[in-house]
Amino acid sequence: MKIAIPVDEKSLQSNVCVSFGRTPYFLIYDTDTKKSVFVDNGAAVSTGGAGIKAAQMIVDSKASILLTPRLGENAAEVIKAAEIKIYKTTTAAAQDNIEAFIAGKLPLLNEFHAGFHGQRGN
Amino acid sequence: MRIAVLSGKGGTGKTLISVNLAAVAKTSIYIDCDVEEPNGHLFFKPGNIQEEEVSVLIPKVDEKLCSGCRKCVDFCKFNALAYIKDKLIIFEEVCHSCGGCIMLCPKKALTEKEKVIGKVQKGTSDNVTVNTGILNTGEASGIHIIKKLLNNNTEIDKQTFIDCPPGSACIVMESIKDADYCVLAAEPTMFGVHNLNMVYELVRLFKKPLGVVLNKCLEEENPAEKFCFEKNIKVLSRIPFDNELGILNSNAEIAVRKSEKYRAMFSSLLATVIKEVHHETASDSQR
Repeated sequence: MKIAIPVDEKSLQSNVCVSFGRTPYFLIYDTDTKKSVFVDNGAAVSTGGAGIKAAQMIVDSKASILLTPRLGENAAEVIKAAEIKIYKTTTAAAQDNIEAFIAGKLPLLNEFHAGFHGQRGN
Repeated sequence: MRIAVLSGKGGTGKTLISVNLAAVAKTSIYIDCDVEEPNGHLFFKPGNIQEEEVSVLIPKVDEKLCSGCRKCVDFCKFNALAYIKDKLIIFEEVCHSCGGCIMLCPKKALTEKEKVIGKVQKGTSDNVTVNTGILNTGEASGIHIIKKLLNNNTEIDKQTFIDCPPGSACIVMESIKDADYCVLAAEPTMFGVHNLNMVYELVRLFKKPLGVVLNKCLEEENPAEKFCFEKNIKVLSRIPFDNELGILNSNAEIAVRKSEKYRAMFSSLLATVIKEVHHETASDSQR
């Protein structure tokens, strides 16, 4: 089973990134092999729709679980269409959240925000 | 003659200036291009309103034809498309109607469909034909509504005042594209000058003649005036930071219809602008 997490740095000890769509990296952790892969988030520099593009990457990575502090509604639509389960991170470090998830201690994320786009370029 | 009124930030006086210029002209057209939050109609309270819906073309997919090549997904700069579990998902609100995905699709699985994004209204308020563009909440871009507004009002012999959106993004460019002259509204603050410079550079890029109206003027030193002096920009008028004007404005009254003092001030501004436009046309024909 593969777990995807937005992270600030390329390390298991890294903090979970507060942004899903514009996180610099995704950690893809394989619970069977215990291996970590860090993927650059090409969506971070998008003018718009970063969440959609980032979600597409997560789907393509074949992850079946997403751990994230929050998620926009467009990204959530993509993730849900792929039947990936979404859990809310509860602590700062990525590794702690993986352990908490495996121990069954992370809650499901079921509130999705409307995104931070649409702010005017004044 | 088309006069665009713009500024780098909101709340500098675009609507105050364009509404009062239109109201003081003999007969005129007022166009509210600030389609995300149009407010000129609050002052004009136009009657005989006619409405027209504005739609854009967005892609729709025929799943039987789609081969899943993802050319459209990779192409879209706005990430309006995703391909999940052998199915293309289209995010209609994110789509900017460029039509690129439809052109690229090798299987012709994508075709156009119409989607309403807002409307334009036309009404009258005494001597002014009032046009308002309204973009539905959540839509990506007001460009098509602004295009519709400007295409509906092409009588060049009429004095036309375009109330632009704030900022210097593409919706502003669309609003000033066919203007004969640009009036820049400026506030007497450092922040105001920063934003004034942004629109000043934009208008210069479009090679439009321009002048500045200094709004909210106080006795003390005015950084916006200093900026105009340094850049050799024509100052068209100085509107004082005045209680009377503030009260009129916050009661949604049109100053020139209520106050002799402001009727005189905006008449004089209009005369200055018209003179500038004619001067520009004359020097244009000499080139």
